[in-house]
Amino acid sequence: MNRDAHLDLSKLPLHGLGTASLTWWGTLAFMLIEGTGFALAIVVYLYLMGLAPQWPLDAPLPDLWAGSLVTLVLLFSLIPNFFLSRWAKAQDLKKIRIGLMIMAVLGVLPLVLRVFEFPAMHISWDRNAYGSIVWVMLGLHTTHLITDLGETLVLMVLMRTKHADNPRRYGDISDNVMYWNFVVATWIPMYACIYWLPRL
Amino acid sequence: MNAKPVPRGGPLWPEEVERTESQLATTWATPEGWWGTLTTVDHKIIGRRYIVTAFVFLALGGVLALAMRLQLAQPEGRFMGPDLYNQVFTMHGTNMMFLFAVPVMEGMAIYLVPLMVGTRNIAFARLNAFSYWMYLAGGLLLWIAFALDVGPDVGWFAYVPLAGPQYAAGKRADIWAQMITFTEVSALSVAVELVVTIFKQRAPGMSLQRIPLYVWSMLVTSFLIILAMPAIMFASTTLILDRLVGTHFFNPAEGGDVLLWQHLFWFFGHPEVYIIFLPAVGMVSSIIAAFTRREVLGYLGMVMALIGTGVMAFGLWVHHMFVAGLPMIGESFFTATSMAIAIPAGLQIFSWIGTIWAGKPVFKTPFLFILGFIVIFVIGGLTGVMVASVPFDAQVHDTYFVVAHFHYVLVGGAVFPLLGAVYYWFPKFTGRMMSERVGYWAFGLIFTGFNMTFFPMHILGLMGMPRRVYTYQPEMPWSGLNMFVSISAVILAVGFLVVFIDAVRSMKWGTVASSNPWNASTLEWATTSPPPPYNFSHLPVVQSLGPVGNGDDLQVATGLRTDRRELIASSVVHARPEARESSSGNSIWPLLSAIAASIMLIWSIFSPWAVVWGSIPITVALIGWFWPKGTPEDES
Repeated sequence: MNRDAHLDLSKLPLHGLGTASLTWWGTLAFMLIEGTGFALAIVVYLYLMGLAPQWPLDAPLPDLWAGSLVTLVLLFSLIPNFFLSRWAKAQDLKKIRIGLMIMAVLGVLPLVLRVFEFPAMHISWDRNAYGSIVWVMLGLHTTHLITDLGETLVLMVLMRTKHADNPRRYGDISDNVMYWNFVVATWIPMYACIYWLPRL
Repeated sequence: MNAKPVPRGGPLWPEEVERTESQLATTWATPEGWWGTLTTVDHKIIGRRYIVTAFVFLALGGVLALAMRLQLAQPEGRFMGPDLYNQVFTMHGTNMMFLFAVPVMEGMAIYLVPLMVGTRNIAFARLNAFSYWMYLAGGLLLWIAFALDVGPDVGWFAYVPLAGPQYAAGKRADIWAQMITFTEVSALSVAVELVVTIFKQRAPGMSLQRIPLYVWSMLVTSFLIILAMPAIMFASTTLILDRLVGTHFFNPAEGGDVLLWQHLFWFFGHPEVYIIFLPAVGMVSSIIAAFTRREVLGYLGMVMALIGTGVMAFGLWVHHMFVAGLPMIGESFFTATSMAIAIPAGLQIFSWIGTIWAGKPVFKTPFLFILGFIVIFVIGGLTGVMVASVPFDAQVHDTYFVVAHFHYVLVGGAVFPLLGAVYYWFPKFTGRMMSERVGYWAFGLIFTGFNMTFFPMHILGLMGMPRRVYTYQPEMPWSGLNMFVSISAVILAVGFLVVFIDAVRSMKWGTVASSNPWNASTLEWATTSPPPPYNFSHLPVVQSLGPVGNGDDLQVATGLRTDRRELIASSVVHARPEARESSSGNSIWPLLSAIAASIMLIWSIFSPWAVVWGSIPITVALIGWFWPKGTPEDES
């Protein structure tokens, strides 16, 4: 078959940003997978709650302070995260480095507080199904906090190397920002479920 | 993004094409030898691996089926004891669903989708390599465990409390649950790759209404995987937790619930049927279009039927639980949806029949398998509408009627199209044709063998023979039919053996295939058979649903770099080129990551601390994977 040249692509950019980027869509797809996982955890919580004669099952209400502090820190972290995304868009390397450091601190802080959340449940995972589901919900979200913190730390180091000044890296930062928003967004219904639903 | 694609006109000179091809061949090459084998990210090599591995598992699962038929041929059979029989039927189901059916459909898509949308590699090529190693590790885990007499023995759905800590001591159920994790990680990765490839890497001009029906079917399938598989991962993980660290998700004594398992399992398990069936539907459309010499009737209706089936697939799961004692109103709803899903299925069947009616059918082997599919699948669909009714289901639940039904649906609905697809795309995969004469024999043996094996099971079921029994007494009126079924199973097995032998023989000695031996119209036929590592020397520009084979020149795009792996990122709806995106080169890190992940997952069957310590090598491997290497692919 003969080939008839119809289109010249040589003027297109070497890397797409935003919705033109493949990793942006990939991140979105993984968020859909994990979001489904979070939704299932909540469904299972509600299912077990529906079966139980009283809720929480054989345990006092969970203490509010640790979970609420985590929530506040996560909500606050959205502000520097928003600026980080703007700096990434502007490809401002200096500010990005600072932004990543702030985000790393804001990634560690909820993890420290999370340590106090598990005992705040006043029940162990192997006591009953209520204990099992709240521990798994906290564990599932903690895994996401750790994963994103790891990614932030790697990017923090990477942005101080010769590979830093590259639109591809700024795209990575944007994707990381998006993923952190997701980690915060998934926590809100989990927090409402774990701490406030039993109080209704 | 200030640059816009510039139209340019005129034919390309042969010298220009030749120079481009030789540069591309260097850039996209997979190194020779074992290093190349371990590091390649070429979607065609990985797709082929998936297909071959899946067919090996099919053969192994087939041997298990024959073993069961040998045991059941006569009453009071002595070939296997109950313990081994439990392992064998569990292994057969688990193997066929998780190690054959889903992976083979993905393997076909990994090979075909990038070619059909006119790109050079699948999106996230390294993730693709990783997904294969995870699949292989999961398959090895299951089969090595079986060889060591630790094969799961709790059914392919591992219902609790049977699979729970109280009734399933030892590690058999854990092997099942962790094998799930392996195959689901693999399947989810492939689903993400396919979604992004189909959304973002379509050739310029391949707008939504020009996407081949097979590609549409894989897009819908990928979304089903993304939304359904987290449920089984959640279920299998909580099962392991119940068994290993004493959580109580499925323990009614401590506020858990056994039906919760069934809900989670079937919320995945029912869409799973469509995860296997929808790719087959796409294959049917491709093959019918090629062998009737016309496009499939009602393109828009076909796409809507695919999406409709995908959405409704999530509203059916409770029909697997009709005898579990659920509220009547719920059962009625699920009866209604189970019957309603026959509507999109019927729409597609009529579209295909109409296409054959209106076209000029050519009765080659792939087309024969499609005709076989239509007959068998319609029978399976009819018994499906029957078991959708609660009173009927209560009668035949857990009998051989159900075994007959789902083999008609799954083998008829997926394996027949798959075999047609193997005959159809074999020349593209290998550069050689399979034998038509042998193909006729294979089809005859498999079609007859299949119906003779599985049709009598409907009757056995109505006569009350239960599933999952390792033997039955001579007083039962089942022995004649069982003997007949067992002998027929041999015919079926011989049919598959003929296909395998012909495939191996044709790979070496088959007639050499041209680039488009069936005169088909989709893009995979626009390149050589087998395609070069870069798929297309120039990316095609698409102006119709069937851009190939109408005698016109192929419209192509120029201007991609040849010194780095480059392809096009295009807009989701209209496929307008947006950027020249790079595609990852070969790498050992996906394999190392898969090894690290496998160690952690298998270790975690034995100790929860594996999750902590095992994460360290995984982290190291992932950082190695993503750290920029200063290659031209990293430029932007």
